[in-house]
Amino acid sequence: MTTPLLEARNVTKIFSSRGSIGKKGSVTVAVNQASLTIHADPPSIVAIAGESGSGKTTLSRLLLGLVSPTSGDVFYRGRPMTALKGDERMAFRRDVQAIFQDPFEVYNPFYRVDHALEMPIKRFEPTKSADERRAMIEKALGVVGLRVDETLGRYPHQLSGGQRQRVMVARALMLNPSIIVADEPVSMVDASLRATILESLLNAHDQLAIAIIYITHDLTTAYQVCTSILMMYSGAMVEVGNVDRVIKDPLHPYTQLLVGSIPLPDPTKRWAANVRSATSASGQHSTSQGCSFAPRCPHVMDICREVTPPLFRVNADRAVACYLYRDAPVVSPEDVSALYIGA
Amino acid sequence: MSSQFWSYIRRNPLLLVGVSLFVLLFLFWAIGPTFIDVTKARPISAMADLAPSAEYPLGTDSVGRQLLPNLLAGSLYTFEIGLAAGTIGLLVGTILGFVAGYFGGTVDSIISTAADVALTIPALAVLVVIAAVIKEGLNVRSMALIVAMLAWMRPARTIRAQVLSMRERPYVEIARLSGMNDFQIIVQELLPNLLPYLAASYVGAVAAALLAAIGLEAMGLGPQNDPTLGMTIFWCNYYGALLRGMWWWWAPPIAAILYVFMGLFAISSGLDELSNPRLRRAR
Amino acid sequence: MSAAVLQVRNLCVHYDTDAGPIKAAENVTFDLAKGERLGLVGESGSGKSTTVLALLRMVTSPGRIRSGQVVVDGTDLMQLSPEQMRRMRGSAVSLIPQAAMNSLNPVMRIRDHFYDTIRAHDRSMDRRQLAEHSAQLVESVGLRPNVLGMYPHELSGGMKQRVCIAMGICLQPKVIIADEPTSALDVVVQRQVMETLGRIQRELDAAIILVGHDMGLMAQFVDKLGIMYAGRLVEVGPVADVFREPLHPYTRLLINTLPSLDVKAVFKGIPGTTPSLLNAPPGCAFHQRCPDASGSCYESDHVLTEVLPGRWVACPCYAGAAA
Repeated sequence: MTTPLLEARNVTKIFSSRGSIGKKGSVTVAVNQASLTIHADPPSIVAIAGESGSGKTTLSRLLLGLVSPTSGDVFYRGRPMTALKGDERMAFRRDVQAIFQDPFEVYNPFYRVDHALEMPIKRFEPTKSADERRAMIEKALGVVGLRVDETLGRYPHQLSGGQRQRVMVARALMLNPSIIVADEPVSMVDASLRATILESLLNAHDQLAIAIIYITHDLTTAYQVCTSILMMYSGAMVEVGNVDRVIKDPLHPYTQLLVGSIPLPDPTKRWAANVRSATSASGQHSTSQGCSFAPRCPHVMDICREVTPPLFRVNADRAVACYLYRDAPVVSPEDVSALYIGA
Repeated sequence: MSSQFWSYIRRNPLLLVGVSLFVLLFLFWAIGPTFIDVTKARPISAMADLAPSAEYPLGTDSVGRQLLPNLLAGSLYTFEIGLAAGTIGLLVGTILGFVAGYFGGTVDSIISTAADVALTIPALAVLVVIAAVIKEGLNVRSMALIVAMLAWMRPARTIRAQVLSMRERPYVEIARLSGMNDFQIIVQELLPNLLPYLAASYVGAVAAALLAAIGLEAMGLGPQNDPTLGMTIFWCNYYGALLRGMWWWWAPPIAAILYVFMGLFAISSGLDELSNPRLRRAR
Repeated sequence: MSAAVLQVRNLCVHYDTDAGPIKAAENVTFDLAKGERLGLVGESGSGKSTTVLALLRMVTSPGRIRSGQVVVDGTDLMQLSPEQMRRMRGSAVSLIPQAAMNSLNPVMRIRDHFYDTIRAHDRSMDRRQLAEHSAQLVESVGLRPNVLGMYPHELSGGMKQRVCIAMGICLQPKVIIADEPTSALDVVVQRQVMETLGRIQRELDAAIILVGHDMGLMAQFVDKLGIMYAGRLVEVGPVADVFREPLHPYTRLLINTLPSLDVKAVFKGIPGTTPSLLNAPPGCAFHQRCPDASGSCYESDHVLTEVLPGRWVACPCYAGAAA
């Protein structure tokens, strides 16, 4: 197997806030021993799914090198992220691009939207002339279906949310990256415009061989776009595998609860009465004792509360972190990356 | 662009008022010397204690200074001190504020603690001590430096607070992902958005510096040989101008100070409206 | 069929701006039967939030209710005095506003929120009765009574939203309006909150209007679905019928473009953009994006008409359809 493009190995990220007089400091485990592998050939297209507080956004920031892990490492083309300096780091930045959730906050309100498009070219291809830059920008805008005369020269507040997000997609595609990390790219965009943006992401994968990491809470769009999926709960990996099978046949109790709660747009298929609704949980799990889902799990056993379950490899393309499957072999760190190979 | 400018001015008249006041003042300083001989602001330029007349429009003081040239030169000197001190204070404060806000950690702790401690020191007391010690060497330039020493803290804190809130914005992260280094981010991404705050802080710094300078001078702790507004007030007290009814001596400097501060206040309020979107009147 | 507890006729809301009036809601007309669940769905700018604010006469300047009637159990709310209207709010018609959980007062305990609301309408209860009533209310939404002594920041998003639902029903209204009650909540909590809302509604035998843009949620919850576009109600009908056989072109496009869990990688959007509500071009609001636009569509706006029993459409394609 060739060196993976991007790899997170058992990364953990703990945020601690200092206490003060009369108040204890608190510790939040945002990501707990997560592993993810992005391959170049064929390019992966992975969803990181979970609710708010699951750690998916923190994991994406670890992968982008915007925060450093508390333990574990992130590797870019085999090199640890912390070792990347100077030119190597610039090469990494150019190669791994991102699209964020809020289509308004990603723009500096002082500048026109052209600035967001010109900046990366100026930094990564400083030798290009103004005309060449303009040509690159026009081409990228064309790919996402935007007209130059409707887009360039305007301020962010003069464009609609859908247009702004499409400009961000254009920006991500412009310099031919190897990976695009899209963090909830359509959750703040109107329903009728989501399709275009998701389609551009899929085209980027199919036609330009760009690997995609799609972070979302919406399992339906994850199903639409991706091949593999990593389900996260309270910072831990709960289920990894082929997206079709994970969603059609969820194995982890949390995934089952989640899939059962999706409001299907079909009045004849109402929420199944037999999926037990869990009691409400408050706050995030801040200790690492036992399975974080144990307080809400209908199948909880004693061992679940004491020891954190490892990932059990149920079959070639599925792993579940649940003692219900303890008869299956435990996934070793090397095996993890095989789970993310596209079907 | 210009139509936007004028429609904005109509909604924010204070800014225009403030700017106009200063434009007039600058004209006074620029054109004044052609009609008024500034050298006559020195002592023994005329007979002492003369009331205003055609020859001496603002009269003379007790050591023979002609008071109209005195006003011209004095207001200019005072403003120079305020401007210099305010500028230095703002520059130092801005740099420290950016560094503290953007980099955080130990650097932030050091700068913030220094600013907090400096703010609690009674500024005037310190200035008095320093000015008294170097009494003989005081001139406009050294006044400016002394006052600037205690003018950097507020801009530093304001800028730091703004930078703290701005550095987590997604557009800063996008800039980082575009390969910009910290310095470029500060200058290209953060600084332009801070211009309104900088402008408002600048006006505040200049106003504070002016007050400090005039305060020191009025106590006599200023440049003995330069007829700044504050020094003029000092000499007024020294020679008992109030008791002697020499209104042409004590009134002009006070009027000038009021004028300058009205202008500064108007500009500051106008800028407040500009930089604070919530204060902006709905279009 | 139960009698209509809410009848809205030709409701028009305009926003007056320097550039002219923005027609946020135009001729909105619908009925709501007792105990019925109506879903008002539309994209941002479609006028659904404006409509519900207008139902409660809570439209603020520069918005104005230009015309229309809102009849609740025989009383036209538009004809009431401000004081009479104040008494109707919360007791006849209540609103659980968008992002309600963010409007909980952070320095007041939960029980004080309830006391405020109840006492604004009924000063007769003493503290003990208030406490009992509040405890019953929070229990009815599935929370434990100890929640009453807590501050909003001590509760999770789902719990706060349920507190807001409890506040919305504390005066036993006949019509509950819930504006995107679950938008900030995750799927699992969303389901719990919606099931709670449904149970409460049945217990009170109240009618409910659910406003949102999530067609999936509508499919799961409502009896009748109303589609709004550019300030107009373009289709109303029983939810299963609307999904199975949408009549208005916009509804058809909307349903066809819903991502499904059956087919992968098929992305369909609706080309074009919503028209400006400020200088709307003449004719049907949808004609620029409509695949079936013709003749009269460019000239005059279509009126919502009942083309089949219980099915209303604002589109001439079905004008001739017999019952």
